[in-house]
Amino acid sequence: MPEGPNGVRIRSVDRTFHTRHGDVAALAGMSLDAAPGEIVAVVGPSGCGKSTLLELICRLQGPDAGTVQADPAALMPQRDLLLPWLDATDNAALALRARGGERDSARETARPWLERFGLAGFERSRPSELSGGMRQRVAFLRTMLAGKPVLALDEPFAALDALTRLEMQGWLGSLLAREPRTVVLVTHDVEEAVVLADRVVVMSSRPGRAVAELEVPLTRPRHRTDAEVIALRERALEALGISR
Amino acid sequence: MSASSRSGGGALAGVLRAEAGLVRTEVRLWSAAGRLLLGWRTLLVLAALLGAWELYVDLGGADRLILPPPHQVASSLYDDRSLLWSNFLVTAREIVVGILVAAAAGLALAVSLHLSRTLRRAVYPLLVASQAIPIVLVAPLLVLWLGFGFAPKLVVIAIVCFFPIVVTTIDALAAVDPDLLKLMRTFDSSRARTFRHVELPAALPGLFTGMKIAVVFAPIGAVFAEQAGSNSGLGYVFEQAIPQLLTARAYAAVLILAAFAIALFTVLNLAERLLLPWAYEPRGEIPQ
Repeated sequence: MPEGPNGVRIRSVDRTFHTRHGDVAALAGMSLDAAPGEIVAVVGPSGCGKSTLLELICRLQGPDAGTVQADPAALMPQRDLLLPWLDATDNAALALRARGGERDSARETARPWLERFGLAGFERSRPSELSGGMRQRVAFLRTMLAGKPVLALDEPFAALDALTRLEMQGWLGSLLAREPRTVVLVTHDVEEAVVLADRVVVMSSRPGRAVAELEVPLTRPRHRTDAEVIALRERALEALGISR
Repeated sequence: MSASSRSGGGALAGVLRAEAGLVRTEVRLWSAAGRLLLGWRTLLVLAALLGAWELYVDLGGADRLILPPPHQVASSLYDDRSLLWSNFLVTAREIVVGILVAAAAGLALAVSLHLSRTLRRAVYPLLVASQAIPIVLVAPLLVLWLGFGFAPKLVVIAIVCFFPIVVTTIDALAAVDPDLLKLMRTFDSSRARTFRHVELPAALPGLFTGMKIAVVFAPIGAVFAEQAGSNSGLGYVFEQAIPQLLTARAYAAVLILAAFAIALFTVLNLAERLLLPWAYEPRGEIPQ
């Protein structure tokens, strides 16, 4: 792979899983681009291979056909997957420890970030003492501190209640404005996609491939009640085959 | 709650929360100890059972040489206290060391079997088979092999305690969320670091569960080993008391072993709550 940031470049990828009940084609002819620093949202019906797409980007699996080129990527799973025996600081610093960092220096690195992430005063709280939104912020910080140019976000707010989800969407928007990364955001929430992304890619049902692409040329911060956001949301829903 | 409203009193809130956490932990520890040691319901059931036993023997339900009434067992506990105590110390040491050895060996084997699928396929069935070997028959052979001292007892106890520890620890290792392992891979974690930071801590509750099961097997193993050949220990006291028709003393020895098992179980419970408090925390949010 050439040097320098390339973002993500996926070309005509096929991926089939062999199960006891026969072959399941997760992706067929899927293509996706994300320029360095771009936020691309991927929406699609459940089971359309969105998670498979992220695992390809993170090199957790390889394609059967086609090519995947991507800068190093860190995964942000749907559930927070925080370790219950570690406090917020140690959980946030897990990626640093995974690379062999000392505990003290890893905590030192993580500490100022916890404050920036609205977690001041909870540095020593274990996950069970944190609210759902706070846990998700710790999980985000953990992914950010992995120091990878690409963030692969797998329905990061799906497990949160509706109010917390709205709060966290606003929070992530302002975070990415301050800390730009190449982001591939998989979501089934079309509104979330339009509010956060520069571009929305709509996938077909299984086997998944990109069937539509919407530019979101709106200024930030965006609000879900903005007329342009609503209009784009409706276009995306139409592309998904859901229209009123 | 917004981030700005929290930042001011953040540090203080953190301290208060930490203290509240400590107090909560302490309260939970003591109530746990109380539940196990002094539970009045347990005492009530125990009293009822002892009463029924006493009544049954007094009414001529069984020969006193076969089933001594509880008050005779109690007076043997007192009259034979120095004999019982010195022999209890011997058996207690065998049991404690045996469980610790089994825990260390069990953890090591569980980790090896977890890390190597080949080893697991090759060894796990043999491990199950090893538990089908009647320890009563093997114990005398071990005595011939290892002598009348501490070693054969240790081996027998470790063998009977080993299996539950391996099984519960392996299950805890296997229960680690595969998504967590994927996450660690995207963090460029080596196999060893993933094991150290994610899998090993997750296995510790399993290790404790195995040890708690082992606590009830260990006294049985100790008695078998002592009966196979020794000149001390509660198993030896039991073995000697029966032909002398000192049945009450034999029952007293059994009673002490049972009480010791309860005590060990309680100690393990407390140690687990102290060392792995996170394993006891509610999964959901704590109400404010």
